[in-house]
Amino acid sequence: MNQVNENSSHSGSLKVEDLYFSFSEHSSSVVDILKGVTLEAQRGEITSIAGPSGCGKSTLLYLMGLLERPGSGKILMDNMEVQNLSDRKRTIARNQLIGFVFQFHFLIKELTALENVRLPLLKNGTDRTIANQISSELLDDLGLKNKVHRPAYKLSGGEQQRVAIARSLVNSPNYLLADEPTGNLDTQNSQAVFELLLLMAQKLNIAVVLVTHNENLAQQSDQEFRMLDGKIFT
Amino acid sequence: MLCLEIAWRFVIARKRPMILSLLGIVFGVSFFVITQAQTSGFEQFFIRTILGTNGAIRISDQFQDPLGTVQKSGKDGKVKFIFHSREDALYQEGVHQPDLVRVALMDYPEISGVSEIIEGTGILHTGSRKKTVQINGIRWVDHLQASDLNGQIIQGTIDQFASDQMGALLGSRIFSRLNIKVGDRIMLQGGTGTIHLRVCGVFETGVSQIDKNRIYLHMGNARSFLGHSAGGSIFQVALNKPELAPELSQQLQNVLNHRAVSWQEREKVWLDVFKALRVSSGITVSCILLLSGLGIFNVFAISVIEKTRDIAILRSIGFSQTDVSAIFLWQGAIILFAGILLGSFFAGLGTYLISIIPLRIRGIFSTDSFVVNWDLSHYLLASCIALIFVSVATWIPARRASRIEPAKIIRETI
Repeated sequence: MNQVNENSSHSGSLKVEDLYFSFSEHSSSVVDILKGVTLEAQRGEITSIAGPSGCGKSTLLYLMGLLERPGSGKILMDNMEVQNLSDRKRTIARNQLIGFVFQFHFLIKELTALENVRLPLLKNGTDRTIANQISSELLDDLGLKNKVHRPAYKLSGGEQQRVAIARSLVNSPNYLLADEPTGNLDTQNSQAVFELLLLMAQKLNIAVVLVTHNENLAQQSDQEFRMLDGKIFT
Repeated sequence: MLCLEIAWRFVIARKRPMILSLLGIVFGVSFFVITQAQTSGFEQFFIRTILGTNGAIRISDQFQDPLGTVQKSGKDGKVKFIFHSREDALYQEGVHQPDLVRVALMDYPEISGVSEIIEGTGILHTGSRKKTVQINGIRWVDHLQASDLNGQIIQGTIDQFASDQMGALLGSRIFSRLNIKVGDRIMLQGGTGTIHLRVCGVFETGVSQIDKNRIYLHMGNARSFLGHSAGGSIFQVALNKPELAPELSQQLQNVLNHRAVSWQEREKVWLDVFKALRVSSGITVSCILLLSGLGIFNVFAISVIEKTRDIAILRSIGFSQTDVSAIFLWQGAIILFAGILLGSFFAGLGTYLISIIPLRIRGIFSTDSFVVNWDLSHYLLASCIALIFVSVATWIPARRASRIEPAKIIRETI
């Protein structure tokens, strides 16, 4: 991450500037997904992005999470340009700076709750005992004290989503990117997950970017954006 | 270690396909080792038999080469072209100047024993029965150095033969055909007349042609009976390393101007048969490993499809493409390692069980049970073949897994 750009921005924020992204549907036709998107997510806050299906919300999130490369534009993490990092550095950044939460929680069903949560820690070389301790405490904080050693597939939907959130937070990331994290939950669980994200954003000083269809949750966030046809509006 | 841990969890979570893959390796490795142990067992036994009976090298007729050797030398003095022609060579029966040849042979450090043998034929009479035999006149002390005669004696002893100047050792099938006992007097006719001998022992080489035709006499008796007071003999040579026989026999032939034949050349037909059997069974059984490799490829290819979502998760939390590959390669390694371990165990057990199956063979060698060869190289070879098949079978799916684009999978799942 040596491409430092000293633009004026809040310290530790996650920012995208004039971001374009497109892909070829077949061999000839090119579909433009993002058309010059600019936004900034501050640490300690929840930034929500709402919009209809197919407008490019998730793609924007994957670009911010370094899962894809933009056609043009900049992605800045703590004022450093990261869009052109090598695959190896992007992998390290995903492990150490970014946490993901997906709609279908995406746990590895062969592993227990604890084993799922500790994966990012073990990946970055944390000692197994310490990783177990940190992961257990986090699961405890999220109300899963008695489910630590339960296989992921034996947890309820809400519990699985909390385990996924614990996994995304375990490495103390700067940025938490949540793609429809409540899309598969009922109203009560959705509100609980949102409050949990808000609490974590404030407690751990994380910039949370929340992609959601839920208008109610979007309105509760600190900053609200809307997307339509690859463009973003405040 | 983290990738190995995840691989292990993936393996134990998919018990049925993994056990089927494992069984393929286990069967492949064990069948490979067992068939190799049998074919090479019989081959080794045959080689031991012929080395113990006829030695590693036999030196027979002297030849004179009227054309000599044609060779072309370069300007630097180095030989560029050499051609040995034996087409018009004149052969003289037997070894010329045997005492000098013996001394020369004993100077070779590779040679562990030299036995001079005078050969001829005669007819054995017991009064009621007779049998044409091939006479081998030997100096027993020398012959024990160049053969396994002492170990081949099944009745009587070599000491009885050594102490009786008119003694004879008979092949086992001559002995049973003539219906005599050790200690009986027999008569040998032919050559220069008749001599009376006493049966001092019976030997069995396992090679039927030898057991039903050969008798051993003392050199002096044989010479006087056959009318060769000197010369006319051949040499049987034993080596410390019998596998060096072809090179050494060629060298001896060039140096001594006597025909020298190695055991590999002498028994080429049988050795080729054994080799063909060994290669054929190896190829056949390797097919089991190939099929199990295809099975593993199938299992892992499906596994990659089933695990695309997990791969996407792992990539999103900081696992690299190499890590994802490693997870699938480790799964293959676990199956391979367990397969080789279990396969080797069952191979050892199977080989032992086969070795105690009664099987009476008389012909090119003599045995009353299956002969097996306990050779670590069979296990290593089977493991190497399994390693190659499993590596290819897992590498392709692992490579495919590493190339999965996480964003695409996550987007398609949603």
